[in-house]
Amino acid sequence: MISFFLNDQPVHTAEPAASALLDFVRYHEHLMGTKIGCREGDCGACTVLVGELAPDGQRIAYQSMTSCLTPLGNMHGKHVVTVEGINQASGQLTPVQQAIVDHNGAQCGFCTVGFVMSLTGHSLSEKPATEKNTRAAIDGNICRCTGYKALERAAATLTAELAERPSTNSVQWLSNKQFVPAYFEAMPGQLAALRAEVALAEAPAATQGNGQSPSGGAVSTSPNGHAQSQNGHANSQFAHATHPLLSGGTDLLVQQLDTLREQPVRLLFDHGPRGIRHEAGVGRVVLGAATTASHLLESELMRGLLPRLPDYLKLVSSTPIRNMGTVAGNFINASPIGDLTILFLALGAEVTLANAGGVGRALPLADLYVGYKKLAKTADEQVTEVSFPAPQAGDFFNFEKVSKRTHLDIASVNTAAWLRVENGVIAAARISAGGVGPVPLLLRRTGAYLVGRELSAETVAGANEVMQEEISPIGDVRGTAAYKRLLLRQLLFAHFLRFAPEMTLAELI
Amino acid sequence: MNHLDPQRHVRGESQYLDDVPVQQGTLYAAVYESPLAHGVLRGLDLSAAQKAPGVVRILTAADIPGRNQIGGIVPDEPLLAEGHVHFRGQPVALVLARTERQAHAALKFIKADIEPLAIITDPREAAAQGELIVPPRTFRIGDSAGAFAGCAYVFEGVAETGGQEHLYIETQAAYAYPTELGGVKIISSTQGPTAVQRHCAVVLGLGMHQIEVDVTRLGGGFGGKEDQATPWGCLAALGAFVVKKPVKLVLDRMADMRMTGKRHPYSSDFKIGLSQDLKIMAYEVTYYQNAGASADLSPAVLERTLFHTTNAYCIPNVTATANSCRTNLPPNTAFRGFGGPQGMFVIESAITKAAEELGVPPSKIQRRNLLREGDLFPYRQPAEMCHAEQAWDTAAELFDLAGERAAIAQFNQRNQLFKKGLAMMPICFGISFTKTFMNQTRALVHIYTDGSVGISTGAVEMGQGVNTKIAQVAARTLGISIARIKIETTNTTRVANTSPSAASATADLNGKATEMACQALRERLLRHASAEFAVDYEGIQIENEQVLAAGIPAETTWEKLVSSAFVRRVALTENAHYATPGVHFDASVEQGHPFAYHVYGTALTTATVDCLRGTYTIDAVRIAHDFGQSFSPAIDRGQIEGGAVQGIGWMTLEEVSYNEEGRLISNSLNSYKIPDLYSVPAVLDVHFLDTPGHPNAILRAKAVGEPPLMYGIGAYFALRDAVRAFQPGVALPLVAPMTPERVLGGLYPEFVAVAAAKQVVAE
Repeated sequence: MISFFLNDQPVHTAEPAASALLDFVRYHEHLMGTKIGCREGDCGACTVLVGELAPDGQRIAYQSMTSCLTPLGNMHGKHVVTVEGINQASGQLTPVQQAIVDHNGAQCGFCTVGFVMSLTGHSLSEKPATEKNTRAAIDGNICRCTGYKALERAAATLTAELAERPSTNSVQWLSNKQFVPAYFEAMPGQLAALRAEVALAEAPAATQGNGQSPSGGAVSTSPNGHAQSQNGHANSQFAHATHPLLSGGTDLLVQQLDTLREQPVRLLFDHGPRGIRHEAGVGRVVLGAATTASHLLESELMRGLLPRLPDYLKLVSSTPIRNMGTVAGNFINASPIGDLTILFLALGAEVTLANAGGVGRALPLADLYVGYKKLAKTADEQVTEVSFPAPQAGDFFNFEKVSKRTHLDIASVNTAAWLRVENGVIAAARISAGGVGPVPLLLRRTGAYLVGRELSAETVAGANEVMQEEISPIGDVRGTAAYKRLLLRQLLFAHFLRFAPEMTLAELI
Repeated sequence: MNHLDPQRHVRGESQYLDDVPVQQGTLYAAVYESPLAHGVLRGLDLSAAQKAPGVVRILTAADIPGRNQIGGIVPDEPLLAEGHVHFRGQPVALVLARTERQAHAALKFIKADIEPLAIITDPREAAAQGELIVPPRTFRIGDSAGAFAGCAYVFEGVAETGGQEHLYIETQAAYAYPTELGGVKIISSTQGPTAVQRHCAVVLGLGMHQIEVDVTRLGGGFGGKEDQATPWGCLAALGAFVVKKPVKLVLDRMADMRMTGKRHPYSSDFKIGLSQDLKIMAYEVTYYQNAGASADLSPAVLERTLFHTTNAYCIPNVTATANSCRTNLPPNTAFRGFGGPQGMFVIESAITKAAEELGVPPSKIQRRNLLREGDLFPYRQPAEMCHAEQAWDTAAELFDLAGERAAIAQFNQRNQLFKKGLAMMPICFGISFTKTFMNQTRALVHIYTDGSVGISTGAVEMGQGVNTKIAQVAARTLGISIARIKIETTNTTRVANTSPSAASATADLNGKATEMACQALRERLLRHASAEFAVDYEGIQIENEQVLAAGIPAETTWEKLVSSAFVRRVALTENAHYATPGVHFDASVEQGHPFAYHVYGTALTTATVDCLRGTYTIDAVRIAHDFGQSFSPAIDRGQIEGGAVQGIGWMTLEEVSYNEEGRLISNSLNSYKIPDLYSVPAVLDVHFLDTPGHPNAILRAKAVGEPPLMYGIGAYFALRDAVRAFQPGVALPLVAPMTPERVLGGLYPEFVAVAAAKQVVAE
């Protein structure tokens, strides 16, 4: 049984854990405000809010998610909000809705609810309500008509209104201002009660380890925490080691929704560990496998180590997808062009794999890939942690991605580079590249070529020659093979122009 | 949008097709499509699929009671394939099952026995093989061949534009119910309810009166639901008619992308001749339109290409020939601009090529040749109330063309990694259906006894705001509050024999019919008032719901007036018919007066190219546009902004690609990209030109649907300008869209040439 709050009502359902939240909302609950546009997370018409009770039990953190890719099972213990759940009963419009109406931001109207939900989610978030953040909140919403300028004007109005929002107890303020109905104020208590009720019903779970609630989303303190050992969730209770693992759903619900919903799955999104910690003693950063792209973005630790991380992640999918997609999921999907995979390859990441018996082993991320979508892991093994050596002050790091559309697109080519330079000579280097081979590549020969050489245009030219031999792009919808070769050369130049600003483009070409 | 639609939209209360409550016993349909692009259909094995869970019936061409034919202009398109298949994605069979999932699951058990035939995807190859949809057409004025001899400069070239997926966010869908009289009622997501009705009647072998089509609103259309909503309406109706149960058919996104046609790609040859002082003396062009496997609207699209061959320029000697080429792709169809953008891209390419060769800015040639009052288009209609120069000069002055150009030159001088470019894009777009008979419509206006008003027209609301405009027209004409007015669904039983909502003409046509009906009702009510309250008929009026006699409020209000008229048995319903005056065209000589009027405007576009990565931003699009006397400026601005952004998408990142087997490669939203929030220019200014409008335009507010799309063409040429700032003298092909790949290829042409040579060696 999956239990959660849908708007102001508790829901207990036996629908499959891997079915899409979108279908549940529209065709089970007949809430038709949430629209179907693409079923692959690319249009945002189905955006809903998902709220998760904070560890202190006092407030709920809401995030926007595309319900087409949200596994229903991941909603256990949460607050799901559709447009019907924010509409004021009086027929009055919320400030978000009013701003869109006032600025003529709705033309055909089909995408409009998605924008309303994304902006409402932004209103509920703790991010500062800057114009940039408000626009970012709707970066996953497509309007074909296309009313972006009007929606931007509406967003600007909203930014001004949200300037008044208090930093604490903002829900009460938002409720007073009719951004959300009054029932939101009572929701933390309601969710806590629901979770207690569920815990009682699933009594065996209560006897477990650290007393963590089954779907509470608290950060696991167990380094080997994974679904099996944290079981207690009805949907994964009967799942066996052979059953598919499902995390954020952003890849799997696009690719195999029909087959997944016919079988039990092992849910990881709330059951895998999420925290990010710096193990200073060994100089490594360790991430729980269920860490999402949004968690990376919000992590002060990560931003401290990679100051330009927000720029990189702005190029990776969109806000709702970053809220759902996990780092380990990106690795395991094994796309030759996975953005996070490419980024972590250059960081020298290693994954910890655990089998059904809980026995773990470490594997360099680069060694995980043995062929197109082929992984060096057994079916029952799952990623529990990701770690990488913390870059030191003075190390160079850069991530580059070019796609047909700059944002919310899959790369034609992406690449990351890490360099350690000592006394003007490259002491260590890792260059990764995606879209230029059957797997995400760590370009070992290119990296090796760089070591011991000076940071010069000549070195870059030599590295490019090695790199061109090391890659094998094919032509597809994201570009011809010749383009990908040229583009990777250009992006290698881009890395070095950043590392050595005194270099010029003219020198390189 | 109705005037209250935005309130419903933001609350998620607007009903689209898939939101209609499902009737008991509804079956769900899924379409089995041809897996090959061309072949002889030898047989279909349905046995396994028929046994699949939940399957109720599988229909094929053999089950069609009437004629298996849905071709609109040319009868060359079966509803379900019979004998041959002509494109991948062509509907072959219809599975009806108890749930949508079961219907889709059954598809994979169907086996088609198809003997493959040769596949053509290239329009020039089709033309070479004589595969033309209709005979070629030529528009001619003056003597171009003779004029080239006297030209100081003559340039030739090839220009190509790609397709464009409509990507209405609501996919194609229909919901059909059998009616008790043996007919079918269809709720359809269509821009052309009458087209759905007419073709359903043919397919089912019924009279049109047995088919009722109803449309509330569309979640986007853009031309993609003009003729191409018809197959799905007919298939759902066929199912409902045969099985006698409600049948719902909603295409999923990828099926929609695979099975429906798009904007026509064109490949064109041009030749342009200029005098010493840069007057364009002669222009010849041959268009090869990629029509796809059947005619659909291709001949009409082709015709509009010819009408817009010279865009906003006066060229005395023109020969323009257009070929509609049959290929094994889904039938391409209407898309905002309807062939006009494709024609305009070629003349702009020709001008740009000439300018690049001569070393002058293209704007110099553009400005020199703009249309003036009374100039003749190649089809002999004169430019009347012409604002081409006014639009250009206003834009050049207001947006500081000279200053922008200098600033860009300076920027380019100082920067190596980034280059900026600029382009001016004037437009001239003819308003009317080019098929004269289609310029007619009706409005049915009821005033109810409580003073509320219901209006039915042939207009379909798809976000363009036509319902709001109609309500505004009615409120103004009747002198009442817009709050009293409801715009009804578009329904073939209330307003019959309508033209689709297309050609930018919907508000003009349906607004005029509404205005006429409301004028008749108002006159009738005022005559009644004059008798009832013994006031002089001359000088009575209704304003703000008040009846005024000689400007003084009379003893009655709107509500009282209506109810007293009813008691006196005055008719409170009116049905008006409007036909655009003065339009005609003789296709036998390709001459006439096909357009009610023309819309003018000019955009100044600037762009920045990242010369390292080949990526770019369109920085600013500033538009001076001829709205006439806009009475819905917010809606009209939305149309201009939206059209321009769609046009930029077509010219930059939207790339429809098929492989040689006719399989769509850009088959989902992750492989076909349309503009997102961040790809919209940071500056998108719209200036309302001071123009008088046109008497043929509704309340003198000119049509706004299609014209702005062509401002997007400026983005292409601004990018080209920026690339040439990095690589002066590079011979860039005139091929759109200007994707990051094409930009990078332009920035580093030698690399592409070397790679191509290597590839040849490797093969």
